[in-house]
Amino acid sequence: MAISYVRTEIQQAQPAPQRASGIALWLRRNLFSTPTDTVLTLLGIAFLLWAVPPLFGFLFGNAVFPGGTVEQCRDPGAGACWAYIGDRVNFFIYGFYPIDQYWRPNLVFALAALLLVPLAIPKVPFKVINAILFLVVLPVVTYVLLAGGSFGLRPVPTEQWGGLLVTLIISSVAIIGSLPLGVLLALGRQSKLPVIRTLCISFIELWRAVPLITVLFMASIMLPLFLPQGTSIDKLLRALVGVTLFASAYMAEVIRGGLQAIPRGQYEAASALGLGYWRRMGFIVLPQALKHVIPGIVNNFISLFKDTSLVSIVGIFDLLNTIQAATSDTNWFSPTQAVTGYIFAALIYWVFCFSMSRYSMFMERRLNTGHKR
Amino acid sequence: MTTESIVDRSIDRSHMSVSQTEVAVEIIGMNKWFGDFHVLRDIDLKVMKGERIVIAGPSGSGKSTLIRCINRLEEHQKGQIIVNGTELTSDLKRVDEVRREVGMVFQHFNLFPHLTIMQNLTLAPIWVRGIPKAEAEQTAMKYLERVRIPEQAHKFPGQLSGGQQQRVAIARSLCMSPRIMLFDEPTSALDPEMVKEVLEVMISLAEEGMTMLCVTHEMGFARQVANRVIFMDQGQIIEQNEPEAFFSNPQHERTKLFLSQILH
Repeated sequence: MAISYVRTEIQQAQPAPQRASGIALWLRRNLFSTPTDTVLTLLGIAFLLWAVPPLFGFLFGNAVFPGGTVEQCRDPGAGACWAYIGDRVNFFIYGFYPIDQYWRPNLVFALAALLLVPLAIPKVPFKVINAILFLVVLPVVTYVLLAGGSFGLRPVPTEQWGGLLVTLIISSVAIIGSLPLGVLLALGRQSKLPVIRTLCISFIELWRAVPLITVLFMASIMLPLFLPQGTSIDKLLRALVGVTLFASAYMAEVIRGGLQAIPRGQYEAASALGLGYWRRMGFIVLPQALKHVIPGIVNNFISLFKDTSLVSIVGIFDLLNTIQAATSDTNWFSPTQAVTGYIFAALIYWVFCFSMSRYSMFMERRLNTGHKR
Repeated sequence: MTTESIVDRSIDRSHMSVSQTEVAVEIIGMNKWFGDFHVLRDIDLKVMKGERIVIAGPSGSGKSTLIRCINRLEEHQKGQIIVNGTELTSDLKRVDEVRREVGMVFQHFNLFPHLTIMQNLTLAPIWVRGIPKAEAEQTAMKYLERVRIPEQAHKFPGQLSGGQQQRVAIARSLCMSPRIMLFDEPTSALDPEMVKEVLEVMISLAEEGMTMLCVTHEMGFARQVANRVIFMDQGQIIEQNEPEAFFSNPQHERTKLFLSQILH
């Protein structure tokens, strides 16, 4: 038998076979492929039938919508009291901010949105100017606008700020501040200089070992005891610093994970080209390291956003605290008043956290340059 | 010599002249330890401008470590290394000065995966040499054409084959206009079909008179391009000679054994 063989023509590439489709086939494959699957599918359907209609009825069907009255909410069969939310929504957004000055926070919200949206869309040009405006100019403008006392604006002490406004301020400052601090701490932790390394490790380990509540108590109750008589630091500012430093310690460890994933060859190639330490880190190592840990970073952002609700224990009226406080509003006293408030709070937190999560997934896909093999 | 040429052309030797006076690298009594392990022992080596040196030897003999000391990716503990007249010490300024003038090509290419080919090539010229971006891009294009992949300029490294990536890595070094090129096993991670395209680029560099130190197992390259072959074992230089004499008449027992194993 001859083993010699020479191909005479090269076979052309052919299209892949059509994937079998059809609803029945999909159902059988995904829901009823085995007896266990079938049982689980039926149980799942039963659970949905049991849970969804009452929930829907509470949230929408029997709910009292804005425009409704408190009497309707007190009706035994009534669902969520959205009318109450509609009535108090300004309090939830602005806290005790003077009503005639609402245009100031509104302007801040508008400016922030106006600057954040183009910053978040990769295709929009002028990223550097945009980033400077958002990160440097906006905080200053925000402070001047909200605190007042200059340009003929009536002073509004931070005790009167509240609601979603304060939640957004604390979380934005902490998010924007903790990332660069975390990067510096992570780099410092890998430093060859023992002094810097020890300082960074001590800082990280100290802040990570303490609960955020303790940090906030220390900042708002203990700290003034150590300061000279008469000096007072704003309560909101103390909380801001506390939350930011706390978050940066966590951020540092996430980023360190990313730094460890960068092969030594990348450092060496950058060194061999004559790039100094900061350029090596800034151009080569950090962009790759941060990209690796986007899920971890955003995870931190999300948990940080929700953790800002802890500032309520030192008497700052953030979103959750205003909602909590409003539950004692006797004008709207009804069996579903508190529940509706908390559902509203959950919804707001969810909208922000889910947006961050989706945006991070978008960035991950965008930054994937196909070097994963 | 009767070996088959490693590229499909004859090598132009008209510019391959070794300077008699200008020293590129001088290593005097250099020693290095990794912890307690004595990797390099009393290395003395003088490389003249225009020399093309191939360093051969069994794995673990210290050949990669030796060339990595020349741009201080590794620190030596004893002796002197003088590159282009600058002695390498712990002074970071001097280290950067040397690194600017010494290009290096790695076994695993080490391209920056998050940057396009063009950005890989222009980053160091722009930020280390301070060359304007447009000019740096022009130079980069010139070198990409030289390594014959100008059409890949706007792709990412992950989209290129190994041979193409290594050619980009060589172009990246050349964009810094180095005076010395170090090659650390540049073809060892490549498929056999791609080795040739990389060697071709290295030969054309040699033809232009570049001072080169190559750690490689490509003995064909050593025979046809090198003017000196250095054989290392156990962290020492065992033997060095012109390629013809080195291959036809090795002196040291260790060299003979090594050559008998790699040349069939």
